[in-house]
Amino acid sequence: MSTPVPIPRRKVTVRIDGTERAAAEGSTILDVCRDAGVEVPTICWAPTITPVNACRVCVVELEGSRTLVPACSRRVTEGMEIRTGGDRVRASRRMVLELLASSVDLSRAEADILRWLEEYGTDPERHGPDRARVSEPVRRHDELYVRDYDRCVLCYKCVDACGTEAQYTFAIAVAGRGFDARISTEYDVELPESACVYCGNCIGVCPTGALIFTREFDLRESGGFDPEAQAVTTTVCPYCGVGCNLELHTQDDEIFRVTSPDDHEVTSGHLCIKGRFGFEYAGGRRREGRTEADPATDRDESSSA
Amino acid sequence: MESRPSVGAPTPAEVRVLDGTVGRRYDPVDSRVIRRGPDRRHLLLPSLHALQDGIGWISPEALAELCARLEVPRAEAFGVATFYALLRTEAGPRTVVHVCDDIACRVHPGYRDPAADTGHDGEEPVGVHPSPCLGQCDRAPALFVQRAGDDAARLTVTGSVAGALAAEGATEAPPLVVAAGPAWLTGRIGVVDPTSLEEYRAHGGYQALRTALAMGPEAVLREIADSGLRGRGGAAFPTGVKWRAVAASAQRERYVVCNADESEPGTFKDRVLLEGDPFALVESMTIAGLTVGAAQGYIYIRGEYPTAEERIVDAINQARHRGLLGSDVAGSGLSFDLEVRRGAGAYICGEETALFNSLEGYRGEPRSKPPFPTEVGLFGRPTVVNNVETLHNVPVILSCGAAGFRAVGTAESPGTKLFSVAGDVSGPGVYEVPFGTSLGELLELAGAPASPGAVLLGGAAGVFVSPGASDVPLTFEDVRAADLTLGSGAVTVFDGAADIGDIVERITAFFRDESCGQCVPCRVGTVRQNEAIVRLRSGSAQPGDTDLLDDLDTVMSDASICGLGHTAASAVGSARRLGLLDGAGARP
Repeated sequence: MSTPVPIPRRKVTVRIDGTERAAAEGSTILDVCRDAGVEVPTICWAPTITPVNACRVCVVELEGSRTLVPACSRRVTEGMEIRTGGDRVRASRRMVLELLASSVDLSRAEADILRWLEEYGTDPERHGPDRARVSEPVRRHDELYVRDYDRCVLCYKCVDACGTEAQYTFAIAVAGRGFDARISTEYDVELPESACVYCGNCIGVCPTGALIFTREFDLRESGGFDPEAQAVTTTVCPYCGVGCNLELHTQDDEIFRVTSPDDHEVTSGHLCIKGRFGFEYAGGRRREGRTEADPATDRDESSSA
Repeated sequence: MESRPSVGAPTPAEVRVLDGTVGRRYDPVDSRVIRRGPDRRHLLLPSLHALQDGIGWISPEALAELCARLEVPRAEAFGVATFYALLRTEAGPRTVVHVCDDIACRVHPGYRDPAADTGHDGEEPVGVHPSPCLGQCDRAPALFVQRAGDDAARLTVTGSVAGALAAEGATEAPPLVVAAGPAWLTGRIGVVDPTSLEEYRAHGGYQALRTALAMGPEAVLREIADSGLRGRGGAAFPTGVKWRAVAASAQRERYVVCNADESEPGTFKDRVLLEGDPFALVESMTIAGLTVGAAQGYIYIRGEYPTAEERIVDAINQARHRGLLGSDVAGSGLSFDLEVRRGAGAYICGEETALFNSLEGYRGEPRSKPPFPTEVGLFGRPTVVNNVETLHNVPVILSCGAAGFRAVGTAESPGTKLFSVAGDVSGPGVYEVPFGTSLGELLELAGAPASPGAVLLGGAAGVFVSPGASDVPLTFEDVRAADLTLGSGAVTVFDGAADIGDIVERITAFFRDESCGQCVPCRVGTVRQNEAIVRLRSGSAQPGDTDLLDDLDTVMSDASICGLGHTAASAVGSARRLGLLDGAGARP
């Protein structure tokens, strides 16, 4: 396979924290920072999704701008003078993280988010014991995935993955307004009544564990979730000829999550219902009328006993 | 497009409403031949209004049918319907009274707490909802009645709920309009019949359009730029620069939009212009459209302004009938037409890019800028978006010339400015004064107490001013130098007896309710700010609450997406600096 040659783009010169950097026209401040090895925290950004710049944790200082600007979506122009550190930037990032932590449960968030909560010195408890919090029942309605909106930071990634960024299904959207805004189907109907096709691409992009495989949810709720006993196996989906790469996340040889690499040129991280959820057969334990001994299954049962 | 099990059928009444707004469903066989028509999503909000007005709520069945006809996903349409305060997605009483409990009304002696005022003895249940500012501060205490059904109506009323329900057919009191200087913007109000195109023309109307056509667009652009006209919506951006950018665009399809979603608490001057001199806005929009090369304009009027909407729609129809709009405007061979769109109860839709989203049939969430509307605006096209008052200045400039316009006001703030003065004043109304008039002079004109307890300049997004600020000339440059803002031109006066802590708490509740919820600093920050002020007022402030309020101010004003978040801590901060909260509970 030949390597595609990108269309040449003009270079612009910007300064990041005092150091001059050349960047391709059209790239974002975030792109340039990452190329330069400068860490900029992000929550609502994803490599495969057009930025919505809703979380505002990626803000940086831009010379000449009255307010901070979102690094994830602001495109660089010639001569930009950008500061990614400093008290002003850190103050807003800390507050964004703290406000999120004060309103939703971030305990299952991505490791980076948990690290930033520490690094930026957030203190959600100072907002008082009676502060408003997002309070939603856990929606565990089937064996495929769970929606636990107490953990939702409204990053819009699931909505975009369900819609124009991946699936074009449009089963969910943001409903309500302000602090009462929630991810919802129309009239909050249950998923089988909605347009949902169970591709699970919303789970694939969720950064906080609000959308989660039912198996993983049950493992975590039971206290049996054990990263030490886990492995990731890369394979190819067996269902059709497209050849989507799969990453099977297993604990004690039991699949609890299926992902696809964001940089995979076929999937861009997105799958369909078969690749995402069609792994029941792999364990083989539910096969009816099984007559022969199955060493793998037998070992599973003995280890979980 | 989505496919899924269908829900039940809409009722015949719902079908009638939809037939009247979006037309019949495409025949599935025909649609395969005809293919998809042009995107009709922009009809979503008008259709939701029609269902709300006709049926009283938006049922799942009606929403599904509407979505099928407009080819809009149901979840997204539900997200739009639940965004607005005037649309309901659950069945309820067909009559709802929205009782203003905002800053100007709650200090009026006649104000009754909506929670206590359920005073109606009819058999039919009535919903009573507290409401943010209804833009009727000069007629406080204000109410807005929304009734659905065959006799659907929207009424603005003064008084109590019982009075509001009996108010059908009552005429609204004429507004108090005072000009201390040239009455450039208000001269026809109360003098000329707002429903008569003849009278408008007899009082100088449509002279400016003729002048504009004679001058040609390039000369008009130069005149507007030379006049130094700056936007009256709050940002004070030079109007000529906006117009020039759109006129110079390489894209042919362009729009002009009038932002008539006046919702800043304490502000009602645009309502008075819309109701009292509607043809002037139609003429101004026509000049704007022809000058920048747009063939279509939209006027987005807040849903709580039924009289303004009625007058503007009537004015547009009369102008079109007389050939002043349409395919050959005033015999010029140029095409321009106008359409009115109704807001549905969302302060944020006064933010220009949220307004575009609302008009296009999306949730009224602001977009990231850049790109600015002059590049990527309504429907993704270059767009001029101006406030009502800004546009009303256009005929004035073309009539008296840029130099004549500059003869009034100051070098950086030429012309006159409208102020909505309300609260504890003897003459609540709209005041047209030359830029440079001092705050003290304005207050005296409106009959404010000699030493008011507090004055709020610029509404909820504005600032409380110190007694010493009465000498400050009201110009863009002077208020900025004094670290104040003109904002929307709201001046709300509170006498010494007013509980300013209560006003500040109401302002924080306003932002909590009106945040769109898109960005974290504003969605959560407005809630935390409100909670901290409630703690302070109830005497249960925590030791770190002062720092907390400072930190919230920082993140909201520095990291929010739009102006709502940027200004959400403005009034609170000024009240704290002036010590207006010192009496409230234990000081943090």
